Amino acid sequence: MRKLVDQPSHKAEHSPLLRSEKHESAIRQVSGSARYVDDIPAPASLCYASVGVTNVASGTLTSLDLSAVKHSPGVIDIITISDIPGHTDIGPVFGGDPILLDNEVKFHGQPVFAVLAETQEQARVAATKATMTFAEAEAILTTHEALAADAKVRPTHEFGRGDVSNTLQTAPLTASGHLSVGGQEHMYLEGQVSLAIPEEEDRMSIFTSSQHPSEVQKLVAEVLDVKLHRVAVDMRRMGGGFGGKESQAAQWACLAAVFALRTRRAVKMRLPRMLDMQATGKRHPFENDYEIAFNETGKMLGAKVTVSGNCGHSPDLSDAIVDRAMFHVDNAYQLGDTHITGHRLKTNIVSHTAFRGFGGPQGLIMAELMMDVVARKTGLDPLSVRKLNLYGEENGTVTPYGMPLEQDILADLIGKLEANSNYWQRREEVKAFNAASPIIKKGLALTPVKFGISFTAKHLNQAGALLHIYTDGSIQVNHGGTEMGQGLHTKIGQIVAHEFGVTLDNIEVTATRTDKVPNTSPTAASSGTDLNGKAAQNACITIKERLAAFFAEQFNVPAEDVIFAAGQVSAGGHHLPFTQLIQNAYMARISLSATGYYRTPKIYYDRETGSGRPFFYFANGAAVSEVSVDTLTGEYTLDKVDILHDVGTSLNPAIDRGQIEGGFIQGMGWLTTEDLRWDDSGRLISNNMATYKIPAIGDTPAHFNVALFDRPNAEDSIYHSKAVGEPPFMLAISVWCAIKDAIASLADYKVDPDLPAPATPEKVLMAINAIQNAGGEQ
Amino acid sequence: MIKFLLNNELVTLENEAAEVSVQQYLRDQKALTGSKEGCAAGDCGACTVVLGEIAPSQTGIYYRSVNSCITLMAALHGKQLITVEHLSDGNTLHPVQQAMVEHHGSQCGFCTPGFVMSMFALYHTDHPATRETVNTALSGNLCRCTGYRPIIEATLDACAHRKADKFTGQEGEVLKQLEAIAAETSTPVMNKVYLPSSREAMAALLQAHPDARFVAGSTDLSLEYTQQLKTLPTLVSTTRVKECRELEVDEQAVTVGAALPLSDIAPVLHEHFPQLHELIDRFASLPIRNQATLGGNVANASPIGDMPPVLLALNATVILDNGSDYREVPADKFFTGYRQTVLADKEWISAIRFNRMDEQTQLRAYKVSKRHEDDISAVCAIFTVTLEDGIVSAISSGFGGVAATPVSCEELEQRLLGKNWREQSTRQLGMEILAEAFSPIDDVRASASYRKQILANLWQRFWFETQSELLATTRVTAYA
Repeated sequence: MRKLVDQPSHKAEHSPLLRSEKHESAIRQVSGSARYVDDIPAPASLCYASVGVTNVASGTLTSLDLSAVKHSPGVIDIITISDIPGHTDIGPVFGGDPILLDNEVKFHGQPVFAVLAETQEQARVAATKATMTFAEAEAILTTHEALAADAKVRPTHEFGRGDVSNTLQTAPLTASGHLSVGGQEHMYLEGQVSLAIPEEEDRMSIFTSSQHPSEVQKLVAEVLDVKLHRVAVDMRRMGGGFGGKESQAAQWACLAAVFALRTRRAVKMRLPRMLDMQATGKRHPFENDYEIAFNETGKMLGAKVTVSGNCGHSPDLSDAIVDRAMFHVDNAYQLGDTHITGHRLKTNIVSHTAFRGFGGPQGLIMAELMMDVVARKTGLDPLSVRKLNLYGEENGTVTPYGMPLEQDILADLIGKLEANSNYWQRREEVKAFNAASPIIKKGLALTPVKFGISFTAKHLNQAGALLHIYTDGSIQVNHGGTEMGQGLHTKIGQIVAHEFGVTLDNIEVTATRTDKVPNTSPTAASSGTDLNGKAAQNACITIKERLAAFFAEQFNVPAEDVIFAAGQVSAGGHHLPFTQLIQNAYMARISLSATGYYRTPKIYYDRETGSGRPFFYFANGAAVSEVSVDTLTGEYTLDKVDILHDVGTSLNPAIDRGQIEGGFIQGMGWLTTEDLRWDDSGRLISNNMATYKIPAIGDTPAHFNVALFDRPNAEDSIYHSKAVGEPPFMLAISVWCAIKDAIASLADYKVDPDLPAPATPEKVLMAINAIQNAGGEQ
Repeated sequence: MIKFLLNNELVTLENEAAEVSVQQYLRDQKALTGSKEGCAAGDCGACTVVLGEIAPSQTGIYYRSVNSCITLMAALHGKQLITVEHLSDGNTLHPVQQAMVEHHGSQCGFCTPGFVMSMFALYHTDHPATRETVNTALSGNLCRCTGYRPIIEATLDACAHRKADKFTGQEGEVLKQLEAIAAETSTPVMNKVYLPSSREAMAALLQAHPDARFVAGSTDLSLEYTQQLKTLPTLVSTTRVKECRELEVDEQAVTVGAALPLSDIAPVLHEHFPQLHELIDRFASLPIRNQATLGGNVANASPIGDMPPVLLALNATVILDNGSDYREVPADKFFTGYRQTVLADKEWISAIRFNRMDEQTQLRAYKVSKRHEDDISAVCAIFTVTLEDGIVSAISSGFGGVAATPVSCEELEQRLLGKNWREQSTRQLGMEILAEAFSPIDDVRASASYRKQILANLWQRFWFETQSELLATTRVTAYA
């Protein structure tokens, strides 16, 4: 294994770094005083916008009568696409997302017009009063239909190595199959919301719940046909994002801004839950196929995998999402000769978008499926097959896209978890239980995660920060990342406090604002701390260098000896309280404000050859899940979970643990109860919280052990920590595998059950039926 | 007018529109934005507030969590509405708030005020701090960030160290104020919402307002304006009618007032029908059960309501009233079509009478849904069997989710009579009958074929669980 870089100890006695500091907003959150966009005191002129939507999924608009809308009580203004002053396409990368219907119907629930009224209720009522007729056309609603029609939002991409077709023909053992992987509604508790306040002439202030304020700024400017410098976007906190507010928060800000410009009034646009669920994209549903070659020892020899993402009607971020699915089809395993194909299919469904894992989970689950299949065909325990095929010295460490794993820690991590969770003893206990229990069957599974960290769109891997020190020694820092609950601002505060050697109460991390730090990337790809933490640190370093030089000059000591710690600045036996130094520096006309900037090194990807290093590093983890399945109804419970996860050096163990646990439970929801359903007309019927069920409090397992794998990142990330937002989501694949393990017990573990995701009780019972019927025929 | 305490402030309201929910009132009129809107349908709990009311013992305040987004303003009459902004004592956080901070229980924070309020209500009960009581207390609060573990631990921690708080100190004063409101004799009315306190007053109001609709907990009715944007007609509430609030247990029967919140009748039902425990605990969520009534659930006559099948299987009697005459209708005659009942114009459900079971009769109640907590049944199945020397002398059943109305299966009840309960053929016969008894539909919750199969399989579960010796573990939940 590669030698680790030397690690300086960052854990200093008085530093908040590496400690479980509280979320910076915790006290305000529990008191109800943390302010979200809808809580901002209403400006005097505030009025409210809503939208009227299509009730067909495909075709063209043949007539639109808005007279009843116009005469509805309280209505101030109505707009259609022809009223948009500037750009009408708000697609984030490739276009294809009209801000309002542009003749052609894209999906059921697509906004056709927007209406502004004095109250929220009036706007919503008015929005229902239009008379619309459509010339309906045949809609493509499923991935299969889109594949048949060759309907794509972007070209198919492929990569691989070796001659997998030949390997499949000559291998001692082969298998093939299909997996339906469901999508997922973000269900951020705070729905989409924006507030637009008109400023002088055509200038605009936007308060929005968005992971990407810079893109909101750009799109608002383009829609209003003004330059970007006339739009300022403010984003203090989101009530959850999860990817759902990366590209798809912009539409509502743009519509509010258009009304604000037209009426010179402050405009709020907040989507009620059902509209939010209908009109914004979700995690992509995938239909995936595999063919694998392996031998009797369980070693993989080759894999041919096709992942087909249902992108909805437009590209949105789907190109990168399907790419990431492809990059994770191997997960942690050396698959041998490999060919991976990724289709980006176009359907008459809302445009699917970023969601924690960004396609990674839908690809990674294929690796775990393939391991289970090999285990059942060879009679080996699934964990043995997983360990046998891990990347490593013996199997090789180069991925199908040509990237070597430089810090290969999974074998070690799995070994620790295997021991700590008593995997093998529990395996025997589960078998014994099942032998004695005719109705309830237990299942057990350990699955790893290896997740690539960096935006695969290279230019997004940059960040900026702006740091001010005031004359009382208090510090304000602003950076390009957004706070959606993940604790980014807390970690940034810890970083800045550590750099200056002051306590956290001296640091204020302010709302993300496009007029403070420009051209920022979305807070996504788990990269918030990696990018913005480094940028903030660089801002600190710039000011520290100025202060150190000043201190050195005053006391005639070398500047490089100056230390910032415990509220003091010291060198050569001289000490000054930090605040005193700041005041002295101010009087001496030293600038106390600086920007910081960071770009991720080393990364590149060549689309032509399908190879490169798209990721700065990998984050790793593994989970053991144990379930009980009722073979009469398909109901199940998650009884025990043990997790060991790699966050490098943890900047804040409590926050990292929160991301791991929250990601795991959210992933479990994706694979179990969260069941998106569209009817035959393309209408979303799981369109509220009564019909779409995210995990509730009873779904958290009674035994839920989470530990951090204590090893610094070998790469020079911020204090050698690792990104943690997305990777733990995929640990929940262990739950799906454990359910399959329980079902497989009905066929003496000789068959891998055909279990689509989400594995609702109904789907579990269908898999049980299938395995029992097959058994009956033998 | 209606009167209530908003935290410590006495509020009287006369002309508020019925469609203004408690949540909108707090956020829009009082600038108390701590309560968040996540769904406006009582499904997420981000809007949770606590209502303090005079405890049945008359000696203190009883605190219950409710969803402010689907609570009528008129329902606040005579109560103390407590919001998250009011919990701290000066700059000192309430113990449940402090515990949430200490245990890292908030991430995005949007659900947090709702959780804090549910925790506060639990803090003021004498329920022990266990995972089970915490799950029940927080069953109506969704969090999308944390995975709940730190919230569970915060709640356990705070409730394991209960001590007097600001509210204990103010209890006497609040009680006095609420008693003063209760002593007023005029019928509370807010705009078009009336809260009569007797059956006679109810009948008179119905005469005066022929187009009036009934309301009880408003957990279903509210969706008409929060989700469908409808306006409401005149409403008359059953919740203060004293004849609808009685709870009577005698040798033969348990009679439950139709307008009592489900959480108030749950202990009595648990005591006399312990096998209903799971079903009642899984009936919506605690904040919903704190508002919703048995009468409302039965009068709604939804085919996916969980209590009508119980009434059918237990051969309960629905007691109807029009202010002058009572009439009694057996449960199996009450539901006449899709959301249709025998209720006449200006007639309401006053109470439900459940006959107590004898020792020879065994009851089981099953609910299958995608999620354990706060979900609507794909299928709800209630069975009883009465055995004499191992031979079936009576069988009854009630089902939800399998037909246009709550139904029972007559064929099952007839063809199994006289069968030996231990015989595999008895199990088999029941399965065969139930697999073909109904023609359920495909919908967002389940397919028709799944519903048919689990009907037969729940019968199997019933058969296994009611044998004289344990043949198998039959459930994955702790209730088995």
